Amino acid sequence: MAEERRQKLCSVILPTESMKAMAESVGVGSLQEDSCLALSEEVSYRIKEIAQDALKFMHHGKRRKLMTGDIDHALKLKNVEPLYGFQSQEFIPFRFASGGGRELHFYEEKEVDLSDIINTPLPRVPLDVSLKAHWLSIDGVQPAIPENPPPAPKEQQKAESTEPLKAVKPGQEEEGSIQSKGQGATSAEVKGKEKMRMKPRSTHELSVEQQLYYKEITEACVGSCEAKRAEALQSIATDPGLYQMLPRFSTFISEGVRVNVVQNNLALLIYLMRMVKALMDNPTLYLEKYLHELIPAVVTCIVSKQLCLRPDVDNHWALRDFAARLMAQSCKTFSTTTNNIQSRITKTFTKALLDDRTQWTTRYGCIAGLAELGHDVIKTLIIPRLSVEGARIKAVMDGPVVSNIDKIGADHVQSLLLKHCASVVAKTRPLPDLVDQYKADFGYLGTMLCSHVIKARAQASFQAQTVNRTTLTITQPRPTLSMSQSGLSASGGSRTPSIIKVPSSLTLMSTRPGTPTQPSPPATKYIVMATSAGAASTQQVITLSSSQSGSPVTSTVPSTPTSLQPLVKLESGNTGAVGGSRPLQKYIVVSLPSSSSSLESKGSSVLPSSTSPISMESAVKLERSESPAASTQSPH
Amino acid sequence: MAALQDGPMELDTEKEVKPEILSDGTSNLSGNTGNGALSSSPLTAAPAGGAPKQEDQQTLIAVLQFLKRNKLSESVEILRREAGLAEDQVDSLAADGSGGGKEDGGDANSLLSRVSIPAAAAPQSTLTPVPVKRSEDHPDVRVVLSAYNQQGDPSLYQVYYSDLKNFIESVLDCHRAELSQLFYPLFVHMYLELVYNNNEAKAKAFFEKFSGDQECYYLDDLRVLCGLSKKEHMKGNEALLDFRTSRFVLRISRDSYQLLKRHLQERHNNQIWNIIQEHLYIDIFDGMPRSKGQIDSMSGSLGGEAKREVNKAKVFYGLLKEPEIEVPLDDEDDEAENEEGKPKKKKTKKDSIGSKSKKQDPNAPQQNRIPLPELKDSDKLDKIMYMKESTKRIRLSPENLPSICFYTFLNAYQGLTAVDFTDDSSLLAGGFADSTVRVWTVTPKKLRKVKSAADLNLIDKESDDVLERIMDEKTASESKILHGHSGPVYGVSFSPDRNYLLSSSEDSTVRLWSLQTFTCLVGYKGHNYPVWDTQFSPFGYYFVSGGHDRVARLWATDHYQPLRIFAGHLADVTCTRFHPNSNYVATGSTDRTVRLWDVLNGNCVRIFTGHKGPIHSLAFSPNGKFLASGSTDGRVLLWDLGHGLMIGELKGHTDTIYALKFSRDGEILASGSMDSTVRLWDSTKAFDDVETDDFTAATGHIHLPDNSQELLLGTYHTKSTPVTHLHFTRRNLLLAAGAYNSQ
Repeated sequence: MAEERRQKLCSVILPTESMKAMAESVGVGSLQEDSCLALSEEVSYRIKEIAQDALKFMHHGKRRKLMTGDIDHALKLKNVEPLYGFQSQEFIPFRFASGGGRELHFYEEKEVDLSDIINTPLPRVPLDVSLKAHWLSIDGVQPAIPENPPPAPKEQQKAESTEPLKAVKPGQEEEGSIQSKGQGATSAEVKGKEKMRMKPRSTHELSVEQQLYYKEITEACVGSCEAKRAEALQSIATDPGLYQMLPRFSTFISEGVRVNVVQNNLALLIYLMRMVKALMDNPTLYLEKYLHELIPAVVTCIVSKQLCLRPDVDNHWALRDFAARLMAQSCKTFSTTTNNIQSRITKTFTKALLDDRTQWTTRYGCIAGLAELGHDVIKTLIIPRLSVEGARIKAVMDGPVVSNIDKIGADHVQSLLLKHCASVVAKTRPLPDLVDQYKADFGYLGTMLCSHVIKARAQASFQAQTVNRTTLTITQPRPTLSMSQSGLSASGGSRTPSIIKVPSSLTLMSTRPGTPTQPSPPATKYIVMATSAGAASTQQVITLSSSQSGSPVTSTVPSTPTSLQPLVKLESGNTGAVGGSRPLQKYIVVSLPSSSSSLESKGSSVLPSSTSPISMESAVKLERSESPAASTQSPH
Repeated sequence: MAALQDGPMELDTEKEVKPEILSDGTSNLSGNTGNGALSSSPLTAAPAGGAPKQEDQQTLIAVLQFLKRNKLSESVEILRREAGLAEDQVDSLAADGSGGGKEDGGDANSLLSRVSIPAAAAPQSTLTPVPVKRSEDHPDVRVVLSAYNQQGDPSLYQVYYSDLKNFIESVLDCHRAELSQLFYPLFVHMYLELVYNNNEAKAKAFFEKFSGDQECYYLDDLRVLCGLSKKEHMKGNEALLDFRTSRFVLRISRDSYQLLKRHLQERHNNQIWNIIQEHLYIDIFDGMPRSKGQIDSMSGSLGGEAKREVNKAKVFYGLLKEPEIEVPLDDEDDEAENEEGKPKKKKTKKDSIGSKSKKQDPNAPQQNRIPLPELKDSDKLDKIMYMKESTKRIRLSPENLPSICFYTFLNAYQGLTAVDFTDDSSLLAGGFADSTVRVWTVTPKKLRKVKSAADLNLIDKESDDVLERIMDEKTASESKILHGHSGPVYGVSFSPDRNYLLSSSEDSTVRLWSLQTFTCLVGYKGHNYPVWDTQFSPFGYYFVSGGHDRVARLWATDHYQPLRIFAGHLADVTCTRFHPNSNYVATGSTDRTVRLWDVLNGNCVRIFTGHKGPIHSLAFSPNGKFLASGSTDGRVLLWDLGHGLMIGELKGHTDTIYALKFSRDGEILASGSMDSTVRLWDSTKAFDDVETDDFTAATGHIHLPDNSQELLLGTYHTKSTPVTHLHFTRRNLLLAAGAYNSQ
């Protein structure tokens, strides 16, 4: 058994050359071979002995790494003077060099100028030891707080979603059973589960804290306060404990997009896409299971014919760009040979692009979506289309003025094509950039493309390829979006309140006098019910019911949307009381987890004990959850 | 007997011990705790056990010889008088002993060698050179090693061994597992014999050929062994000396043994037969041969399995009744209740608790078997608090798991080496690699120390709140640092009354700190090597320490010498724990055994083998019946103290277990490990599942159910914080502590 491993046991001794070298270093010139051998055996044995003793100190020091101090202590045990000057916290200060077939480890001793040391400012004093308490478990359930590791590691989430039929591995099985155990499964159930080798049933019950968190986050994400939104998105992007809430978020986004596309509510679409982005950025989440909800939502934001009320003014292009980047990112992360996301998406875009009747907006989205997928896609799918697209643009630009919207669309498509293609062409096309040649190859766009390519080449040679368009940087999308918002709201001029504008209740109040009075829009209620008492997956029932007027939401009058501000609320029970009075669209997410109430009571039973950080936390959360709701509700 | 053996050691150490009792601390120390002290001389207590048997006499003589050789004539005189031996008797016996049977001589010598090792390197802390006489010309070691006389043609060793191997592989399955136990000890002894007789090349070849056959849990020892290739190396290597001197214990059924004997006689394989005779102790039992699983679960220790008879001694594992609280309980209770202005409703309830504990547990030791300190008023108050708290205790069960509050040490830079909580969970102490001990308060009440002497003069000593007034409010803080050690602090332990803190360190001292003044009171010197662990007795006053010198010592806070020395482990004593009734001490060791020692007479009453790695954590169940031990191999083993049996194995951790703790009612066992998890185990089920019928109790052959997964109730991962300590509060909230490891 394990012969190879055992081989290592054979005693290794230092080479006699080392002995000679060491002898020379202390001034012993010629050492006989026999003495060298005897010495090296003795030294090897002693070194091993010391190393074995040092291991004891490592174990008692409760570390996994042997440190120089351990060796010192082991030497002390043997009544040997420790080696001074080798105090290294982290790394072993040996340098490695090899040459002439010999390998050498040496200790680099540099000459140090004393005045340098004296003159350098003192390093910062290391922080003092401090003590921090957190709940590792509450009544057997590990709370999802930043101090604890994410409840389900990303690898496990990935394994679950990509290989659902595979028998659960021992470690995961443990995880799974513990997790389900935490939610009140009895030990008998766990036992049965283990015996049957079944995949642990995943339940989606949220604790009270999680419900509050969800409410808080969703409100902030689609609410009016930009600072809060940034905070909420930051939380989504970094919080390790969101695994349990992922299905809710995913449904929230997909339903949000569905509704807001119909209503052409650009601002909300942007917010929702930013949520998607944040979810994707979260290193502890694996979204694969929820792509069926997220991808349609994202694609909608890329290719939808109309995303805003006034396509001629609003910058829905930025949203398309942003969503396209998201799409590319998810393709890169989640595309596998089984789900074929990338090829399916590519096909979808291409099909729309090839269709002559496709509107400019959709066309723009398709091109953006394809372009974000990388240089290869641009090269094979977009560049060959350049002449055709060029002709189409030309027709709009030079032809009779059909509509301003088309013109703007064509303009955007043109700049988009130039932007993306230039860099690719610059890379693939041999050097002489002749305008005529380009014209011949690419038709109408040739001239402009040529100048862009020249520019791109100049840039590329100037800064050696610092910008990589295929990778998505975090800094890019966000500024673009916020800029477009602010810019548009400024350009909106007298026609404010623009839909792009952050629909903060305060601005609404101030601008309302300017707008013509109009009948308040139908108060539509969306009740997103999540009944999750032990159900295999969440059942989210969306009921669209217009309670005040009969007009369905889909037929929104273009003049009304200013006041269409969805409020996302999570209410436990008293929905009627709050919802009835307000002439507002409301998303009421009612979740009725049966066991959460018992959990709550259990949680409270812990509180009386001497230390109770959780009570404070939940109290804080409660407090915080009060304020935003109040601020958004007050004006109405 | 153990205490007796260590007589000379203690005498040696005595010379270096300097009392370090500080002047301001003496009053604290010599309070009413001193009343019931154990006799401080181990020599008087030990021989009282009964007339020394023949074997004991041999030991005595060996000790006397040693003393004589070292010119400690006074000690010789005293010891002889104590043992009741006439001078001429000693001499004649000595002659007998050395000239007598080989075994006896071996025994005595082995003892000598073991005793002399700690003595040889004694004064290292003072940095004076080791006495040349001892290290250079080590008579004892030479005597020991001479047992390895050339006994056959070294070139035939491989043949012998493979012959035996072939034989064992060819026997019936039921015997094979048992006889396979022979491989490892034979292998080691044959290798050492080859090395000793300067057959280096043959030894190497022998090692290379057969080391792969050994069980994987001996890998660590094999690693030591393979480094050793010269006769000279054997001199200083304590682990190997032990292997030689203490006989490796094997348990083999009579049938298997007969089979082996017949085979060896047929083949005239004297070489192996000699080794078996001389270096192995074969514990033969009647009955079914054991299965491979049964053997594997019990083997793995440095010295083989425990002999059956060593675990036969009666252990009084029951808890002491608490009579002290009975009478004052009512008074104190009244007072307390009057203070709170509550009706006397609770009183009846308390009485029932009191009456329950009045009954004497048949398994409990006599109340005064070990003299215990009398309870002070503050102790009684604390007991009442404890009872009150325990009425509010959460009943834990597999359906009702405890909450865990984790105390993370930040910025500890991997330097946290030991943690302890007070019993009432109000204070937390940490020992650090930078030689400091830090005490934190985990309640809002800040740590205050007594004012300086000058300030104390100013206060009104007649006032009622003088105890409040002596405390210095200005310097009150959440944590205090105790400086004094000169090496990493490997063990900390609070006294039950929260007035003292013990710390043990690499600098080979144990220090007692006052938590009133936050100064060091005593430095207990005696261990000559790093002290790995220390713990206060549950009743205070006594404490135990264990260290690299392979002994555990029992101390009383007001004696600067140990009261008992528990010697017997073959390697470092890594952890020490008091039994809840304070009559026993459990020690875990690098030799992969757990031993239970009787505080009264210093005897080793239990030896538990089965761990495959050094043991780093121990925990007694609150009812005193069971012991849990955790080791570097990531397994927790459960032991029944009364029967001396292994009753459970909890597998799940992937790294060293540094913390073990039973819940206050014993239903849940919590384990914390280097793998950054806290795991909870269903200990009730683990103890119930084991059927201990008479047969298993008699033979010690239990079949362990492999039910770790069923017993595991929960696994809680920390982000990157190895768990160093676990503690259940009086209400069964689990507190865990560890240092965040940023890598």
